[in-house]
Amino acid sequence: MTLAVLQHHLPVLVVLMPLLGGLLVAIIRHPAASWPIAIAAAAASLAGALALSREVAANGVISYALGGFPSELGIEYRVDAVNVLILVVVSFMALATLVFARLSVASEIDEGRQPWFYTMMLVATAGLLGMAVTGDAFNAFVFLEISSLATYTLIALGRDRRALVAAYQYLIVGTIGATFYVIGVGLLYLATGTLNLELIAERLPEVTSPRALLAAEAFILVGIALKLALFPLHAWLPNAYTYAPSAATVLLASTATKVAVYLLARYIFGIFGLHREFGDISGASLLILLSLAAMFLASAAAIFQNDVKRLLAFSSIGQIGYITLGIAIANSDALTGAFLHIANHAVLKGAAFMAIGAILYRCGSERLDDLAGIGRAMPVTGAVLTIAGLALIGVPGTSGFVSKWYLVAGAFDAGKGWLALMIVASSFLAVLYVGRIMEIVWFRPPGRVALAAAEAPGGLLVPMVALATLTVLLGIAAYWPAEMAHSAAEALLGVRP
Amino acid sequence: MAETLLLAPFWPLVVGSLAVAFTRGALQNLVSVAAPLLALVLVWTVPEGSATVSWLGMTLTPVAPDATARVFGTAFAFAAIAGAIFALDQKSTAERAAVLLYAAAAQGVVFAGDLLTLFVFWEVMAIGSTLVIFANGAARAGIRYALMHAFGGVLLFAGIAASMGSGGLALRAFSADSTASLLILAGVLVNAGAPPVSAWVADAYPRASWSGAVFLSAFTTKAAVAVLIRLFPGESMLVPIGLVMAVYGMVYALIENDIRRVLSYSIVGQVGFMVVAVGIGTPLALGAATAHAFVHILYKSLLMMAAGTVLRATGTARLTALGGLARSMPLVTAAMILGGLALAALPLTAGFVSKSAIMQALAEDKAATAWFLLTAVSAGSLLYAGLRLPWFAMLRPKVDPVAAAPVPVTMFAAMALVGAAILAIGFVPSLLTSLVPAIADVAVLTPDHILFQIMLLVAAAICFVMLLAILAPRAAITLDADWLWRVAPAMIGHRASAAWRAARLALIPASDAARQENRLLARAWVRMTSDAGNWRTGDIALAATALLGIVLLIAAL
Repeated sequence: MTLAVLQHHLPVLVVLMPLLGGLLVAIIRHPAASWPIAIAAAAASLAGALALSREVAANGVISYALGGFPSELGIEYRVDAVNVLILVVVSFMALATLVFARLSVASEIDEGRQPWFYTMMLVATAGLLGMAVTGDAFNAFVFLEISSLATYTLIALGRDRRALVAAYQYLIVGTIGATFYVIGVGLLYLATGTLNLELIAERLPEVTSPRALLAAEAFILVGIALKLALFPLHAWLPNAYTYAPSAATVLLASTATKVAVYLLARYIFGIFGLHREFGDISGASLLILLSLAAMFLASAAAIFQNDVKRLLAFSSIGQIGYITLGIAIANSDALTGAFLHIANHAVLKGAAFMAIGAILYRCGSERLDDLAGIGRAMPVTGAVLTIAGLALIGVPGTSGFVSKWYLVAGAFDAGKGWLALMIVASSFLAVLYVGRIMEIVWFRPPGRVALAAAEAPGGLLVPMVALATLTVLLGIAAYWPAEMAHSAAEALLGVRP
Repeated sequence: MAETLLLAPFWPLVVGSLAVAFTRGALQNLVSVAAPLLALVLVWTVPEGSATVSWLGMTLTPVAPDATARVFGTAFAFAAIAGAIFALDQKSTAERAAVLLYAAAAQGVVFAGDLLTLFVFWEVMAIGSTLVIFANGAARAGIRYALMHAFGGVLLFAGIAASMGSGGLALRAFSADSTASLLILAGVLVNAGAPPVSAWVADAYPRASWSGAVFLSAFTTKAAVAVLIRLFPGESMLVPIGLVMAVYGMVYALIENDIRRVLSYSIVGQVGFMVVAVGIGTPLALGAATAHAFVHILYKSLLMMAAGTVLRATGTARLTALGGLARSMPLVTAAMILGGLALAALPLTAGFVSKSAIMQALAEDKAATAWFLLTAVSAGSLLYAGLRLPWFAMLRPKVDPVAAAPVPVTMFAAMALVGAAILAIGFVPSLLTSLVPAIADVAVLTPDHILFQIMLLVAAAICFVMLLAILAPRAAITLDADWLWRVAPAMIGHRASAAWRAARLALIPASDAARQENRLLARAWVRMTSDAGNWRTGDIALAATALLGIVLLIAAL
């Protein structure tokens, strides 16, 4: 195979690499072989995603017909400025998580189950990448199910028995979401006779009965909202994140909800045109309302948590609120902010959950009270947690500031100054919950747990320090990600093809 | 010009902060003093010209040296040097690293050349100062302080974002007539300690360690004054705000018991003088505000050092517990008296120079109300700082004064350094007027001036003797506006739940029902807070269905 052929098949290879890697791990099922294979698969996928991003930047949209069938009949993979960003984020975070996973998984999961864990990590990654890369509504459902099923397994592998309940609840809720989605896709198919998203958008104006379309819209959006944990459909998330193994939490928190958000944006802007065609009490207002509720109520709940993982999980729900708010405001700046925050939040929350994973590795506890003075025993881990916390607040010099800056600018641009005030006001709640962690980690006298602890081993430190460094870099040298997010926003708004 | 950026005064302090965090012992001591020294050198050597950096399509000017920046930078660097010498015996590495970061941010704020850079340093300053308070183990006070500054930062950030449309990020004189400029003004005033949130100063600063408070008293509020000079010169709204601050600060300083709380209230009062001068807005007034900020940093540092030394030596800073220390701590007593007299603007101290300038600016602008009020407050400041503090803390006879442990000689060296600066400016006012040319024409050491000031101070001293009984410190908590956010929420909560319980019992005598209701309330609270997210699966499905219905309804309409 020459390089050019490889290049041509890149859109599918990005998804196939982790899928085949997962298969290989499951066949070999040897604890020592699992990790290298997983790393190789994720690295290959990331390389593919980066190559795609270069190609998209140079040549615009890439359309790939799976199996050579034309898009009316077959499945089209379609890579543009929007999803290439998602591909890079997901494959990068998958690689970082897998680097982190080696020691973390070894300490948290029975040896016999470790290969299965890596298999599921890779399958989940493949599913998420597939959801992002596909241009076919039903194919997206298939990948959604692939990633979800793998995720249920990952959560159930948690060391706590409560993980089983959390996984079971997520399974029920996720299935409801997927069912809603597929009902909506079915209705769209009835109305337009195609499953290809581009063709659906083309044929929509000819549809005579708008009823089916409206129902399709409601089912699809609510289905996706369940997957992305939009308030008030967030309740599955805290327990799932809390009781899953550390590495699984890192992957889920930084990728799973983000891909669902992408799908939401794709449907809203590509198909339904929420921002254009709705009346006065528009869907956009509802989305704004729910986003604000997430930003305030979920962040407020985070303040009262006694388990750090759970605290960060609630913070995730709040942060997703910022992203959906950017989508609801729907102008260039706000969407740039939303897509930047997808990337920035993935990196910073990944760093935060890795730090908690490292603390769990050393101390066997993630209760907030047990973390008293842990910063002195584990200064690097504490510093990573601090940087991630500052970015959550949106302190200048961290990536969180840049995304908030764009969101606020977008809100002012849309003539919604009060929304801008809400965005900055909600940082207050972040100050409270991050301040609480910081005070306990750095300024409390070391407790029993902290006195027995030592700094995390290098295998855990390297990925989390890398992500923390990236959080700072993305806050200072923000040009490249901002440009990518800006292209994504323009592409969604139809300014660019 | 790249060298403008590279030679910015905040660099040695940032690097120093990191270096202090990772060194111990003599090297740490060396770094903590050398960093602010180098910063002082750079304050004067950083070349004019604006180094611009392009960031996300915006042009930033991280460093824009001008005369105002250099004066404030000098005062900040000097305070940092003296403070670092004073804190040489501070064992907390966290605090020593935090104060340098804090000092770096303060330099960054005054040298910033655009609004975004200003905001960035503004936030770093808030973080640095919060760490100083945290480092003393004052967690709750630290969180309250952080929230207050996050609030100010939020207002400032929103204002800057809103003002982007008209004039971009350039530092310019705003007038408080649009939402954007009002937000910026409000954000800056929070840091200046303006009403209604003045109470954060006295709530937070006394929670810092004996050395931390020295740094806290120097930077945040004065950096806010520097920003006001840049962004709101001549904003008439500032005159009444400043007057309220001046009176408020004096009144609370007169009745407060803890020395460092007295000094914190006094900061608000003295910053009030500067805010009034900024509101007048003439070149002389702006120069006077700058000069007064400079001098205030000097004498407030000296007073905070004296208070810190007393606290360190005796373990308390409450006036009721102190007294009779003049014999065991003569140098500290002298420092406290000198600082207090400088605050009261006694001739031949630095305070006389800058306060004369402010008064002349008010007189030239014919701001009669402000002139009379500030003259009265000035006399009052002799009462609390020049007389009440030294008398009750040190001089008054006491049968069994608290034991004073010996303190390191470096603390005295720092006080001597600052005291010498105060006297030098007092005797040779041109030292200060050459820094701030706008006030060069103010006649300071003329007989009529001196006579007037001395008459004022003598009158105040007579008042003090007559009111001695009233001014005696009491071991009580003075009520301030911070009650509203510290105590009121919890109290309202308690009262409301008690009232609810009483109402339940009155309406339904059966205590079972009341108990059940209480349990329901408690359960609802737990469900909303620590137990949030523990929904039944059916409830999640119900929520999804409800949302589906709403979306369908919206779509159908």
